[in-house]
Parts: sequence; C-alpha cells; structure tokens
Amino acid sequence: MDDASDIVIRVKGLRNAFGTHVVHDDLDLEVRRGEIIGVVGGSGTGKSVLLRTISGLQRPSAGSVDVLGVDVLNADEDTRSALEARWGVMFQDGALFSSLTVRENVEVPMRAVIGLDPDVRRHLADLKISLTGLPYLAGDKYPSELSGGMRKRAGLARALALDPEIVFLDEPTAGLDPIGATAFDNLIKGLSEAMGLTVFLVTHDLDTLHAVCDRIAVLAEKKVLVTGTMQEMMKVDHPWVHDYFHGPRARAALDATEQDQG
Amino acid sequence: MDGVDEQMMERPEFSIEDADDGDGIALAGVLSIKVVSRLDAALGALPVQDTRLDLSGVTHVDTAGAWSILGLERRLESAGQTLDITGASKTAAQLIETVRNALPDPQEAEDGKQSVADRLEAFGQGVVASAGYGLALVNYLGLFVARLGRAIRHPGTFRMTALVHHCQEVGLKAVPIVSLMAFLIGVVLAFQGSAQLRQFGAEVFVVDLIAISILRELGILLTSIIVAGRTASAFTAAIGSMKMREEIDAMRTLGLDPATVLFVPRILALVLMLPILGLIANVMGLLGGAIMSWVELGISPAMFRTRLVEGTDISHVMVGMVKAPVFALIIGIIGCHAGMQVESNAESLGRQTSNAVVAAIFAVIVADAGFSIFFAQMGI
Repeated sequence: MDDASDIVIRVKGLRNAFGTHVVHDDLDLEVRRGEIIGVVGGSGTGKSVLLRTISGLQRPSAGSVDVLGVDVLNADEDTRSALEARWGVMFQDGALFSSLTVRENVEVPMRAVIGLDPDVRRHLADLKISLTGLPYLAGDKYPSELSGGMRKRAGLARALALDPEIVFLDEPTAGLDPIGATAFDNLIKGLSEAMGLTVFLVTHDLDTLHAVCDRIAVLAEKKVLVTGTMQEMMKVDHPWVHDYFHGPRARAALDATEQDQG
Repeated sequence: MDGVDEQMMERPEFSIEDADDGDGIALAGVLSIKVVSRLDAALGALPVQDTRLDLSGVTHVDTAGAWSILGLERRLESAGQTLDITGASKTAAQLIETVRNALPDPQEAEDGKQSVADRLEAFGQGVVASAGYGLALVNYLGLFVARLGRAIRHPGTFRMTALVHHCQEVGLKAVPIVSLMAFLIGVVLAFQGSAQLRQFGAEVFVVDLIAISILRELGILLTSIIVAGRTASAFTAAIGSMKMREEIDAMRTLGLDPATVLFVPRILALVLMLPILGLIANVMGLLGGAIMSWVELGISPAMFRTRLVEGTDISHVMVGMVKAPVFALIIGIIGCHAGMQVESNAESLGRQTSNAVVAAIFAVIVADAGFSIFFAQMGI
C-alpha cells in the first residue's frame, strides 16, 4: 500500500501565514488512494486552511502540493481544469448556488462535459441526488427550501457529479443531529467503497473518526503531528492528542463503535 | 453491432460488439460520463430480447456508465426479458449494485396548473396581504409613538448617544449628496424654464418658477427620495442582520425592548434631520437656479433676490417643510419594519432591503400627492 504511485495527495514543506500569524509551518502530509483520511485539530490550527490549500483555493507562502501527480501550485490552466474534474469539494453548508434548484446545482459540473445530452445529464443528476439519499422531488427545490442536512447531501451530490477520484469534505457532520450525522457517516463510507473514492475530510466529530476514517491526521504545532489509525492515536502521548482521544466524548464514541462491531 | 470506436486518442473510448462466442453483447473500454450519451444511444438501439452483456473488456466504469447499463436492464425487464451481466470486475459489480439500489423513482411534481379560482384566490390573498402590510406599518407607527412617549416620561431610558450617532449617519453624512442633487435640480430648472419663458419674453418669471417648484415640491421630495434610498436600506440592513443573527431575540431575553433600543433613536433621528436636509436642499436649489439664471438670462443675483423676496410667498416654504417630518416617519417606519421581517437567511435580507427602498420611495410619492390635493383643496 505504501507504493509511491498509490499516494494521491502529497503535501511537502507547506507554509501558510496570514500576516505575522503562521498557521502551517513545514507541514507534510500524504494521502493514499482509496482511503478515508480524517483531519483533526483544535480550533484555529488551520484544518480548513489545509483543505483550501490542497484544493487550490488558497496559495501557500511556501511548499509544494501534488494531487494525482499534478503540481497544483504550478500547473497551467488546462492541467488545472482537468484536475478539477477529478476532485470534488463539499463545503460546510453545501455552498449550493442559491438561484438554482438542487438538480441544476448538480448539473453545473456536468455542463463542462462535451457532448453530454441534456436529457441524460438530467437523469444523471437525479441519480446523484438519489445516491446521496435525497428524495426524488428534492431535485426541484431551491437550497433555501432544504434543511441543513439535506443541503449537505445536495452539496455532496454536486461534489460527486463527475465521479471524482478524491472528495474533500469540510465538517460533513457539523450541525447535524446524531441520527442525521450517523446516516451521513454511513453514506460517506458506502459511497467511498462503491465508487473507489479517496476521501479527505476535516472534522471535529469523534464518531465520524471512529466510524468512517481509515487514518487520522492530527494538526498541532503548525504541522501534521501524527498520522495513523484510531488505535495508534490512542497510544500517542502528546498531551493534546492524548486529551483529544481520551476525553469523555472520545470514550463514548469508542464504546459506541465497539458495540456496533461486537 | 454498432462500431462506435472512433480513433480518438485523448478521449476515453468504448466499443460495443457481438461477443466472441456469438452469444450476447460485449462492452469494452471506458464507460464514463464522457461517452455516456453515445453509450446510452448504442444500448438503446439493442433489440428487446434476452441478452447477455459481457463486461470483461471494460477497464473502467463510473456511475454514468452503470446508469446506462441499468437503463438497458430496465427496458428489457419492462418487456418481460432479462439482462444477464457477466464478466464485471468486483468494483464494477459493486458500483452497478449501488447505482441499482439508488435508481431514482421519477415522481410527478404536483400539478402546477392554475384554475381561474386559484388566480382569484391569489389575487384576493395579495389584496389582504397589502392591507395587512398597511396595518403593520400603522402598528409600527403606534409602537414608535408609544415608546417615544415612554422615553419622554422616563428620560433615563432614552438612548441619547444612539440618537446622536444616527443623526450623524442619516443627517450629516447625507449633506453632500443632497446638496449636490438640489444644486443640479436648480440648474436644470433654470435652464429649461428660461428656454420656454424666453419665447414669451417673460424670462424674469424663471425666478418664480424655480422658487415655487423647489420650495414647495422638489426640494423636500427629492431629498426624501434620496434619504429613502440610503437610509431606509441602511435601517433594514442593520436591523435585519441583527434579526438574522438572533440579536433581537437576545435583546428580548435580556429585557431590552427592540422598539426602544433600535426604532426610537433611528426614526427620531430621521424626523429631526430630514427637515434640516430639506432646508439645505432648498437653499442649494435656489443657489443653483440663481447661478444659472445669471449665466443664461443675465438676471443678476441681486435681482434674483429681490424677485424672490417680493414674488414668492413664505407659505410655499411652509408647505414644503411641513411635509418633511411626515416623510421621515414613513421612511423610518418602513425601514425598521422591513428589517424585522428578515428571516434567518441572507437572501431574505437582500430581498427585504430592496423591498424597503421601493416601498419607502413609493409611499413618499403617494404621501406627496396626498399633500398636494389637500393643499389645493385648502387653497394654500
């Protein structure tokens, strides 16, 4: 699995700074094909900034970002746009275009596909909407008519529109009730298996980490402090990591997972 | 069968042909969203009969490809035939299975057609809603007067700092734009008036024209329209964003009355400032008219002044100024009311802000027409 060709995201020596405030310094991270990696860290450790940097929304002051073998920071326009068709981003509240219906939102990335029949496009959008667990009629609704959980699902449907190889999820379960969050966890897990997705998710939700993630990367002290499975995290003795994974909430989440498995 | 394979290098391609053993159809290549339109057409052209579909030559299939294969399966099954999919790789089979479970069941949206009764009902509801809007504005007026009365009885509850701040916002900061607007209106009136009056050799009456139209109508009306544009929207945006972030609810739980804290200082500031702005507009309008008359008609400033004092009754100024506080109330109440109608999303904030501006300008013009009729009937 550690074969170099199986690394789909490689971040090296990344530095992000806002004015004098340094968020990342000499940060390294590797993500393997087909895995679900969860990025955790305290507030202000730059989890979302890291996601934005890898997906090309934010230019770092130093370092390199390789996604699917493309140098994101120095690629020319054509390479970039070809790359963008191979990843999808789901923003925290879905970031759906408010003037378009859900179906039209999902169709937006598909419009870039040359020679795609509008009728087929419409059916495919309906399929993506249904894949993310939304009812059929949700496709005709506008984002403002949907609940927060449904907007997230619609955002995921748009991110999956072109069957990307990588999806970036920013706080996928934030603001959802426990039932909705669990359903979303299962959705991510199921889709990543069925579609062979690599999932990069930023979260605070310990249940998601337990239930979904193959590996966890902890952001602290301006870099990726440790990466590893849940079990490995439990053994790390860095104070923040220890508190995070041994707090009462972490225990509850771990118990729940063990019950599910046992 | 259909040889769709076109020798194109960059684009992923697929092929569809009879299987080697002469039994069934063999798909090969990449079945992705880029070729799905052609794939779907090719599969759609297959005859309706029991079919075996061999996917062993397929290198990659995505949800679009799987959707297309399942479309064929549905079509055959609805005709009582079967589709036997063989040779699919493990991932492809899993994907096809996932897509099969997720295939949407098209449902008709509710009938969108409207009968005559529906239209009548919508019209009736529109009338009731606009009457309700009028009532709500009267309600806000009552609320403002009641809270102002309470503030007068208990001066300690009155927010002097807020009042001064809003006076600066709605009054002082509007002076440049109002002055410039009024000055230019004076210039335009003198210019147009002189062109017409010169035909009758009655150039000197341009002074009366400018003075009466500006003092009586235009000065205060146009000032109110500008203030409606900049202040009603500002009130709606400020109160609306507080409403959006639940600050208004927080105030209520803390025992603060939104009407006292938010409405009274804002509307009162407007009531105090609009007459002053109107007066400034009057002066600037006359100044613009005087300068243009001098340049265009040779009416010297001294002559303009004499003609103005002798020919224009002070009642014109009073008629103009008496309207100012009323317009101020209208603008302030509409702005505050719209702000309170904002819901918890950003779209409603934008919608209410533009509604407030349109409603305020419209109401000011309607009120002005009402004043005109009233003064004409009273012979003032």
